[in-house]
Amino acid sequence: MTGEETTEITLTVNGERIARRVRVREHLVDFLRGELQLTGSHLGCEHGICGACSVRVDGVVVRGCLMLAVQADGAEVTTIEGLTDTGEIADLQAAFVERNALQCGFCSPGMLVTAADLLKAAKPATREEIRNFLSGNFCRCTGYHAIVDAVETTLNKRLGR
Amino acid sequence: MKAPKFSYVRAESVDHALALLDQHGDEARILAGGQSLMPTLNMRLSRPQLLIDINRLDALKGIALQGDRVRIGALARHVEVLNSPVVAKNLPLIAEAMPHVAHVAVRNRGTFGGSVALADPAAEMPACALALGATFVVQSSKGRREIAADSYFKGLYETARAVNEILVEALIPVEKPGTVSVFLELARRHGDFAMAGLACHARIDKGVIAEARLVYFASEVRPTLATRAIAAIKGKPWNDATRDAALAALADDLDPMTNLHGSAAMKLHLQRVLTRRAIDQAVARARAA
Amino acid sequence: MANDIPTKATLTPFDRPNSYVGRNLSRPGARRAVAGRGTYTDDVVLPRMLHGACVRSPYAHAKIVRIDTTAARKAPGVALVMTGAELAKRCTAPWMGTLKVFEGMKSAPQYPMAVDRACWQGEPVVFIAARTRAEAEDAAELVEVAWEELPVVAEKKTALDPKTPVLHASLGDNLAFRKLIDTGDVEAAFKAADHVIEETFEFGRHTAVSLEPRSMIADWNPANERLAVYISNQVPHMMQYLFSRTLGVPEHNVRVVSHDVGGSFGMKIHSYGDEVAACAASMMLGRPVKFIADRLESFLTDIHARENTVRAKIGFNKDGTITAFDIDDLSGIGAYSQYPRTSVFEANQILNITAGPYKHPNYRARATVVYMNKVPTSQYRAVGHPIGITVAEALVDRAAETLGMDPVEIRRRNVMEDNSYPRLTGSGIKVLDLSHQACLEKLVRLMDYDALRAEQALLRNKGIWRGIGIAAFIKGTAPGPQGLYGAGGAPIAAQDACTIKLEPSGNVICAVGVSEQGQGVDTVMQQIAATGLGVPFESVRVISGDTETTPYGGGTYASRATAIGGEATYQAARKLRAEILVIAGALLQSDPKVLDIRNGVVVDAANGTLRIPLSEIGRIGHFQLGELPNDVQPTLSVTHRYRLLDLPYIFTNGIHGAYVEVDVDTGFIRHLKHWVVEDCGRIINPQLADEQVRGGAVQGLGGALYEHCIYDENAQLQNGTLADYIIPMAVEMPDIVVDHVQTPTGQSELGAKGAGESGTGAAPGVIMGAVNDALRPFGARVTIQPMTPEVVLQALGKL
Repeated sequence: MTGEETTEITLTVNGERIARRVRVREHLVDFLRGELQLTGSHLGCEHGICGACSVRVDGVVVRGCLMLAVQADGAEVTTIEGLTDTGEIADLQAAFVERNALQCGFCSPGMLVTAADLLKAAKPATREEIRNFLSGNFCRCTGYHAIVDAVETTLNKRLGR
Repeated sequence: MKAPKFSYVRAESVDHALALLDQHGDEARILAGGQSLMPTLNMRLSRPQLLIDINRLDALKGIALQGDRVRIGALARHVEVLNSPVVAKNLPLIAEAMPHVAHVAVRNRGTFGGSVALADPAAEMPACALALGATFVVQSSKGRREIAADSYFKGLYETARAVNEILVEALIPVEKPGTVSVFLELARRHGDFAMAGLACHARIDKGVIAEARLVYFASEVRPTLATRAIAAIKGKPWNDATRDAALAALADDLDPMTNLHGSAAMKLHLQRVLTRRAIDQAVARARAA
Repeated sequence: MANDIPTKATLTPFDRPNSYVGRNLSRPGARRAVAGRGTYTDDVVLPRMLHGACVRSPYAHAKIVRIDTTAARKAPGVALVMTGAELAKRCTAPWMGTLKVFEGMKSAPQYPMAVDRACWQGEPVVFIAARTRAEAEDAAELVEVAWEELPVVAEKKTALDPKTPVLHASLGDNLAFRKLIDTGDVEAAFKAADHVIEETFEFGRHTAVSLEPRSMIADWNPANERLAVYISNQVPHMMQYLFSRTLGVPEHNVRVVSHDVGGSFGMKIHSYGDEVAACAASMMLGRPVKFIADRLESFLTDIHARENTVRAKIGFNKDGTITAFDIDDLSGIGAYSQYPRTSVFEANQILNITAGPYKHPNYRARATVVYMNKVPTSQYRAVGHPIGITVAEALVDRAAETLGMDPVEIRRRNVMEDNSYPRLTGSGIKVLDLSHQACLEKLVRLMDYDALRAEQALLRNKGIWRGIGIAAFIKGTAPGPQGLYGAGGAPIAAQDACTIKLEPSGNVICAVGVSEQGQGVDTVMQQIAATGLGVPFESVRVISGDTETTPYGGGTYASRATAIGGEATYQAARKLRAEILVIAGALLQSDPKVLDIRNGVVVDAANGTLRIPLSEIGRIGHFQLGELPNDVQPTLSVTHRYRLLDLPYIFTNGIHGAYVEVDVDTGFIRHLKHWVVEDCGRIINPQLADEQVRGGAVQGLGGALYEHCIYDENAQLQNGTLADYIIPMAVEMPDIVVDHVQTPTGQSELGAKGAGESGTGAAPGVIMGAVNDALRPFGARVTIQPMTPEVVLQALGKL
């Protein structure tokens, strides 16, 4: 096979209706970053381990490198940029900054998109449970302690505790 | 690390997918949750000419109680199995195993059927399905057939499913009252594929092991029913002698792989530790029930 | 965490009410990152940009018989296919990874890509530039290389055997370097000692795994013959030299920009052939070329570290006095010594720092560094320290065990006294301003050590096996120019500089040679500049990471940014302050000595009365110079450079504690809690310092528990994916309690020492100590890292 197969897709990204022709072999995050210039989602391994590419698809967090862009046809995709614009995780982001729950920041968008799922459930969680929930997201800088602190603080505030 | 070129078709129906499989044979791959296939594509370890995306086939979805069996559609996502009240009530073994499956983002996308179809030796669901005596339903353009889990897992990533067949669903007998199950695995980190693991389903009457299915995974090329160890414990009370006999028999049941995660000797050792712990727990659970 | 009052009794400028030193201010960069608005190198897109990919050697050692690029050149989207031989022709000279200070050191000349022979699996062989990365990878598959496999040096232990093939014939053997330190009389001390214990330790090779891989864009503009390189990097000026010197572009025509850097840890301070190839490709094409190493390439080509075997002995007396250490290190590096920092630093640092906290008068340390057909090793966070600290602390623990003495007590008896400086370590290094005793006592309180011991004893009765580890350390930070690089002839600045400017608005621009990778350098410099000048934190903007706009500096390595760059910034701010006060004095007809700058306003020093805001000084100083007398001609811009004067390093110290539980059936280790007390001198931002320590500790724990580049007998990497090379994730890691003792260094007015590696150095040692404490009732002992379940089970005799 020599040609590069492409196809038309239509999807909603961060609330905006988007129609594009995509290469079928391209994964979702390459599409978001390259075609839509949404560079907040990062690529750390492209084999589904590091979690830097985590994005929300149809309401749940997924690995953006383990899904083809073409598969997102008709889907609702939310990236860190979208979560920021809607203010859904403004409290979590503020807690990350205040607690210095990031250093290089390369993992932060994925970490936040994942943690957003935990917060959405609005159920109490122990530090161990928070660590467990985030254990598919690699951070090389912080050692995780500050991240757990920031998520815990935000969750407790939301639960009024 | 970008995938090589391939063609992509979104299957409109199971028949459509099957027709494409007939047409392209082993040059086509079924794309379900993609959590194992996509990494191999990105790393160019897998080079299909055609991906057949089955994600929108409703016929393959859902989890439901059907008589004395639970039907888990091949496209049921891990997260659906994890949160399913039907599974929690009727398949406690799978409910216990599910939190060990990867991490939240992977569970949101990965499918039960994908796990069974790929048959990764360290995957949890194949072992559970085998321990519970599941039946897998596969379909080709010629029709459907059922394959008992006992004869489904053939070798390393090798199953009884033919190239032109799609895994449609698993039919898993509900765990009957009076039976207990225990799932244990040892993984270096939470959510990793295990180094050793055991799915155990048993009936224990007054401390005597009336029936048991012990399925070992991760150490073996495929989930393995330990027939000799089972024979060693069947009809026996769980005491030191039974335990020693079972652990001894395990050496004949298992043929652990030496790989990055450790030597065969260590894996046999770990499976023995898990055996002891699992049956201790099963006995305790039976007593408590 | 508790922030100690500086130990100096007198008030310093840092204690002023509007000082920002010692305060937790959050990082402006963090706000961008959490919004997904960081600018990492891969986020940058330039017009007509192409994407690079490499063909790499599949063999650890093989001759290139022939390369056929015909099909690749015709592949869709391909703009350039360049072989190693073609690249070599564009290079001025090969690299030579030696330094003069390492006497007798040998290395072979190295070109950026393999020319006629590949010496490690993953060495770049052909570079391709194409429209997309995917198309570049498609084309890479079409390159046909005819290889002839050569014998491989895969094992460091046999690298010097006569039967082992010689990797570089011109070197005669596989020896890179040997070194011996011998102080006192070790043999006599061992003879006289009540006890002598010997042990051998193995340390697995591992690598940095920054989440953002190596990333760069080369942009050659043929119209003015200038090369711009956007690169995820710690050392922009060193990279400027490197690209300039390798490709023959005059240095002032090379600009290196490091935008946001997604982790580096010492891995991004080296020469990488694929990066030079991307620059050459851009020069050949006159178009920007992006090269982003993917994760598989990262494992194969980022520098590795830590592959050492150490045989070590300790001599001690019945009362717990340690009299001698003797260590013999075998360090296995790669196929070349990494240019320009070399690959022998790790061994050299092991010799320097092992048993550094202790008073033993006799010390002998030998290093043997050998070449192998593996990717080159070089500096990675806490170079050598994890190894030296593990070895010494394990031996101290064994001495305590032999004597039935508590591990805390034996350290109490042997650490250098806090009032005994300056003095020399056993290795002959001058140390100043350390605080081993204070740190030790603080750690004991922080851990509630006695209660932990009681709990441990109680749980042992229930068959729960927990262990407590203690590991003291010294850490070389903030190297000076008389240390290894400058004196060794490497083009690496040990000085650093700050240019600080008052803008017309009265706001301040502060350009620094040290660089930011998320550790908070920019924020710390902002705090220091604001404090030195007397202006609000928000009125200072820091610029770093761009050779075009910052004064020449060394960048960030070896925990130097705050200690060196911070002092440069402080002194620059003080000089600018003095100039502003002269202007203010002229305008106000006041003696500058009676004026002060507070919160951005010139005030009367005596009573704080407002006199003139800096916005007025800025306006007049830039636009209304006529208002000033002719003898006051302000520049409102000051550059100050700072370097260590007499020391090779500012040494710091500290101590870790760890509490673990070992499952003696499975060999699994659960890390329950970790404590660190360290002394990085005056702390500018306590939160940032704490987080450096926490993150560093987990990085050290990764190496001790999980991380290992596993090679087979053909020197093929077996686990070069993130699925197989395991790194610490959240749920396995403990909470880490951090505290400090602050003994400001006397080498600078600021008094800051390095903090970035204090978590990493002692973490492997303390957790090994804790595991061995847990295993002690079984008479078992682990001496291998990573401490996999198999290693633990073997120690327990269960396999």
